[in-house]
Amino acid sequence: MTKLRADELEFERDGKRIVDEASLAVETGETVAIVGPSGAGKSSFLRLLNRLDEPTGGTVFLDGTDYRTMPPERLRKRVGMVPQNPALRDGTVRENVTVGPRLRGEAVDEGRVERLLDDMGLSGYADRPASDLSGGEAQRVAIARTVTNDPEVLLLDEPTASLDEASETAIERLLTDLLATGRRTVILVTHDERQAERLADRVARFADGRIVKVGSPREVMT
Amino acid sequence: MSALPDRLTDPVVVRGLLQVAAASALAAVVIGLSSLRDLDLERELGGSFVRGFVQVVAMGALIGALFTIPLSYSGLLLAAMVGYAAWESRKRGDRVPNAFRISVVSLGVGSAVVIVTMVAAGAIERTVRNLVPVGGMIIANAMKTNSLVLDRFQGEIEANRAEIEAVLALGIPPERAVSEFVTESVRASLIPVVDAMRTLGLVYIPGMMAGMILGGANPIYAAEYQFVIMGMIFAAGGLTSMTASHLLGRAAFTDAAQLRRFDATDATLVAALRSVINR
Repeated sequence: MTKLRADELEFERDGKRIVDEASLAVETGETVAIVGPSGAGKSSFLRLLNRLDEPTGGTVFLDGTDYRTMPPERLRKRVGMVPQNPALRDGTVRENVTVGPRLRGEAVDEGRVERLLDDMGLSGYADRPASDLSGGEAQRVAIARTVTNDPEVLLLDEPTASLDEASETAIERLLTDLLATGRRTVILVTHDERQAERLADRVARFADGRIVKVGSPREVMT
Repeated sequence: MSALPDRLTDPVVVRGLLQVAAASALAAVVIGLSSLRDLDLERELGGSFVRGFVQVVAMGALIGALFTIPLSYSGLLLAAMVGYAAWESRKRGDRVPNAFRISVVSLGVGSAVVIVTMVAAGAIERTVRNLVPVGGMIIANAMKTNSLVLDRFQGEIEANRAEIEAVLALGIPPERAVSEFVTESVRASLIPVVDAMRTLGLVYIPGMMAGMILGGANPIYAAEYQFVIMGMIFAAGGLTSMTASHLLGRAAFTDAAQLRRFDATDATLVAALRSVINR
């Protein structure tokens, strides 16, 4: 069943077409990687899926509903995004991980937060200041922050870019575990084609704002 | 009332010019230090200093005539002051969407509520010679607060754009996503007002109160009236800051809860007025 469908999405800024008639259907529980060179429009496409930017053409359907008819806050709760830059707030790891429910005024399940931090390899980090974390740790907190929100679709923008090899391996392992549990739908932007091959069920290749090829990792990479 | 040329040759005016020269020399020191330290603020500092002098002398020359206008026109005059203050103030947040419109509304609300209340309470006399200078003082102080809130809000949003979008991306409502930056902007904008209130009578001994006492007024009444003036400034600043921050928090986002880009807008007065009228 199709969970999320981008329908001829377009995005222009300052007269430049950044995303150009990009269409992509993602099935429930599927992991799709988006690959392509820098500046191909991958991250812009992901922002459109989260409606952080307004498409200048086309739209997105979530479970068959045009996302423009949904309150943006409701959409983003269901389609959560982990940005490339973790952009953590001042405060502790726990405060960052629980920012979603807290700012919505919802109760925070502390037990679940502890388990999530364990899963993320962040046991004992809850009360540490976010400003003291390494790049890899901050990225894991950013992923935990979105996962705590329990989105149906998880958008990941270059989760291992600018990290050292050890951190990259740790995050990939964590993502593999995350993908193995439940029926979470994931769209992953990465410049690393081998990472796409390791993690994704299907791959979409971007070039000049357009999706030029979609298929299994083997089909797209060759 | 003496004619303008006579006023210019009055010995006291000549003596005043020497005092202006002394104040200008001090300002020149500041501008020189800015240049020496490559702060690149000489133009803004020098421009505001010269402009302030020209404006206040012009007002001094005209104020006698101004006080002869009918009382009903003073509302228009104060509205024009709000408009001009908003025009100057909006430059502190010229990349914030609708900065001019927000400034007009905030200054209008902050000043009007205080002026109308205090006129009704009898603290401001219903005369042009009282209403216009006291109203102008309230508007000028509200403008300082508005400028500070704009400047801080623009800085906070630009510095924390990634952080705000990271939270928006979780489905947090925009007003919550920026609440800490709005709070910070309000807090920073009220620092001068709050500090002036805290030091009132101990460090800050206002000239008006001193003048009233030297003029033979009951010192306690002079102090009470000075406190009323400070209260008006405090209230106008607070109301302006609260209104501006509320409007800024909304103006920063689109209807689809997307954080807007902050680009320079309303470069000319005509364009700015048109944007206000078109809304």
